Amino acid sequence: MGKPSDLVQGTLDLLILKTLLLEPLHGWAIAKRIQQLSGEVLQVQQGSLYPALHRLEQQGWIKAKWAESETGRQAKFYALTAAGRSQLEKETANWNRLSAAIDLVVGEA
Amino acid sequence: MRLFSQIQMAFLSLFRRRQASASLDDEIRYHLDRQIQENIAAGMSPNTARETAHRQFGNPALLRDQATSTWNGAWFDSLLRDTRYVARSLMRTPGFTIIAVFIIALGIGANVALFTLVHRVLLNPLPYPDPSQLVSIYEHDAAQSSEHGYAPIAAGSFAEWQKASQGVADMAMVSPFQGYSVSSEGGKLPEKIDAGMCSWNFFSLLGVNPALGRTFGPADDTPNAEASVILSGSFWKRRYAGDTSVVGKKIWLDAKPYTVIGVMPESFVYSGAFGGNTVQVWTPIAHEFPPSLMKVFDDHEAIAVARLHAGTTLHALVSRLQGVQKQIKAEHPGPGVHDSVIGRSLLDDAVQDYKTPLYALLAATGCVLLIASMNVASLLVARLASRRKELAIRVALGGGWVRIMRERILESLLLSAAGGAIGLLMAWAAIQWLVKTRDDMNRIESIHIGAVELGFVILAVLVTALFAGLISAFSSKLKDVLSGLQDSSRAMSGSRARAGLRRTLLVLEVSLTVVLLVGAGLLLKSFQRLRSTDLGVPADNVLTLHFGLPEARYKTGVERIAFFENVLSQVRALPGVQSAGLVSAAPGQGYGGDHLVSVVEHPPLPKGTGIDLQTRGADPGYFAAIHLPLIRGRIFTADERLDRANVVVLSKKAVEMCFPGEDPIGKHIKISVNGKVGEVIGVVGDTRWNINEPIMGQIYWPLLADDWINVALIVRAPANVSAFAMPIQKIIGGIDPDLPVSGIGTLRESIAKSTVDSQFDSLLVLAFAVIALVLAAAGLYGVLTYLVTQRTSELGLRIALGARREQLLRTVLLDGIRPALLGLFLGLIGSAAAVRLIRSMLYQTEPFDPFVFASVTAVLLAVATLACIIPAWRASRLDPMQALRTE
Repeated sequence: MGKPSDLVQGTLDLLILKTLLLEPLHGWAIAKRIQQLSGEVLQVQQGSLYPALHRLEQQGWIKAKWAESETGRQAKFYALTAAGRSQLEKETANWNRLSAAIDLVVGEA
Repeated sequence: MRLFSQIQMAFLSLFRRRQASASLDDEIRYHLDRQIQENIAAGMSPNTARETAHRQFGNPALLRDQATSTWNGAWFDSLLRDTRYVARSLMRTPGFTIIAVFIIALGIGANVALFTLVHRVLLNPLPYPDPSQLVSIYEHDAAQSSEHGYAPIAAGSFAEWQKASQGVADMAMVSPFQGYSVSSEGGKLPEKIDAGMCSWNFFSLLGVNPALGRTFGPADDTPNAEASVILSGSFWKRRYAGDTSVVGKKIWLDAKPYTVIGVMPESFVYSGAFGGNTVQVWTPIAHEFPPSLMKVFDDHEAIAVARLHAGTTLHALVSRLQGVQKQIKAEHPGPGVHDSVIGRSLLDDAVQDYKTPLYALLAATGCVLLIASMNVASLLVARLASRRKELAIRVALGGGWVRIMRERILESLLLSAAGGAIGLLMAWAAIQWLVKTRDDMNRIESIHIGAVELGFVILAVLVTALFAGLISAFSSKLKDVLSGLQDSSRAMSGSRARAGLRRTLLVLEVSLTVVLLVGAGLLLKSFQRLRSTDLGVPADNVLTLHFGLPEARYKTGVERIAFFENVLSQVRALPGVQSAGLVSAAPGQGYGGDHLVSVVEHPPLPKGTGIDLQTRGADPGYFAAIHLPLIRGRIFTADERLDRANVVVLSKKAVEMCFPGEDPIGKHIKISVNGKVGEVIGVVGDTRWNINEPIMGQIYWPLLADDWINVALIVRAPANVSAFAMPIQKIIGGIDPDLPVSGIGTLRESIAKSTVDSQFDSLLVLAFAVIALVLAAAGLYGVLTYLVTQRTSELGLRIALGARREQLLRTVLLDGIRPALLGLFLGLIGSAAAVRLIRSMLYQTEPFDPFVFASVTAVLLAVATLACIIPAWRASRLDPMQALRTE
């Protein structure tokens, strides 16, 4: 049984960075957003988001801030940094190349 | 920016770990709560909503750990945990820990102390601006042997050099071995001080500024200027209590008034090969030297210091001056005029004498550290061996191999760090002691532990830790460790290999120890030779005191003779004094001047040559007082004085030099430089002027004449001769209260002073060698004990099967002695190479002294046998039943 979080290594990072491109979000909202945007196809195991978020934060691609959420409770909001923005571009380009390559192979068959 | 935020993150996760954890918990809790709310909104019951949320989220504890492990400081956390674990396990075996730390502390402490010495004395630049441009220039006589390659220069030559060096270098002249008597003033006692006379530009050339007042100007440095003096910082503090009003005042040197124009900072020291670090006052040389002395080429009283202009090299300067000096020699072919010039950097000039000994000592401490870390490595290997089961279980349960390796390194790092800290303390104490005891050494004042030395400690700790740690880490391979689980205690292969490694270490240890022992043996023998060298006269129960009569007060020879005789008669009248005499320089207390002489009755020698004899003045009572044996003829009579002082007494060596195979009595000796002639009336025994130097021929003239100003008073008493120092000083003070008495001490003490170098070097190397020997013996004992324990059952079996105990004893003993023998062999080969390096430190001792090599071999074999005999004996006494039961 394939776990829903079995995404290609690094893909989760790409998804998170892309999600944060529009606005700062907290963890739960990120999970929701990914789920929605992917038309419920990408079922991220919600908890696995957190190691990824912390890794990205350690690498300086996103930064976190505690702020009041829409329900009025304090939540940790993640925002893209300048370094994160360029990383996103790089990873997007990578992804495009990879998916185009896979398309080619799959289309050929 | 990104780097900055990464560092910030690392910092936060390192030091605000607790806060970060709490924050992560909050974050997860928030997520779960939102999910539960959403689930409830979707119509689930609260319980189902909670369960579903948790299912959707996954295992919070695991994810939490995964999240924290992404934090940059995570490795630090586990390192801390390992460190705590290793520290705990070291605490559990305090005996092992204390021994290991102590061994490392010894090794590192000795190295740090020696490194500090080498760094501060030999390598640190001199405390002047642009010190690399400063050089010392000497004269050199190509014809004479190179024994004293660097000879002081004549003031006349200097003037020529200075002219010739214009445009390529600035040159100053300094005569750092002068002295004055300071008169008593304002309740301060009279004293004799070391002084330096220098050309006016000496200070500006070095680039130092006075702390108070000014330095000399060209006008001060002329014969007719008003006498001026610059005080050294320490003299100013000591005698004038740091009184700033002393500048402009007059002080009395040799009974003449001098105006103090400046005070140098206390940090200013000039040290050269001919002294200078004890100079208390500086005076301008052209004012102090008689005008005639400033012009001559054959009286060598100074040293030239030059600052090279940019683009000039020492070599270029020397070869330029070489031409000048050749010209001088051609124009003045006199015997005392040197024909050549030689130079070296000012730093080399100061420290040349210490280079070989200090590097030899550093090499010795390096060996000690190497032995120490090998010993610790060996201890760690043994310790690891006793923990094989534990390690095997950890590896079997999935403990990371790298982690276990890291623990080994951490273990030795902890030991080394503790050892390094203690070693640093030991080094500090050693340096304090050294600075106190070796104040005769140049640049000793600059020795202290600074940043570079601390860096060296850290480096030494790391190297020791890695060396010992890696050896112990690689001593056990993964599969060996795992085999520990299947092992019954009978399987030996792994432990055999480990013992092999320890044996190799042991061979190295023993060979290094042998090198150290040989070095120490040679130095000790050399020191013994030096100590037992005969001064020429019995050195016990002789007190010497020095004083000089200032020409300003004692203008004529008659006045001086009256003073000398007054002192002598009062001293001889002291109850308990056996005999007393006056001499210009006592045996073992310095060179005291020399002259080139010729024999009047012999055909004249070629121009520019002569026989070099040390010149002494002695009163008629001196020879009896010092117990110098009269070999032929007679000594001076009391009325051979002043105009009638035209008789001389020669030493035995001088007779061999001047009158080979002849009877010297009645013949005449002529001093080349001033034409003074004396009739030889007697021959006495030889004395040494320095215990380290070969005997020179000596000629004695009557002291009761015009020429003698500085004298040594010799007093012999049956016992406790030092007690007469006080009454004699009172006698001299009673005759002239302004006259300082200096250099009070026994002849024995002055010999000890001139052997202090040799004593210092030999005792230190001996100490290191003994440490090495003890470490090697401990290593030998440890390895053999370990082997015997490992082989207990085998040995028990052999005994049970009827092996003879003597045979077992021999087998085990040989097992331990073999690495010692191999180490001894390698060590002797190593020594043969190493002793060449210390040849220059040896006195009348051959580097390949068979006695020393033989004794070292014997000592090493004895110690090795002793270290092995206990475990071997124990092995041969095994009770077979018990041995077999230990399974």
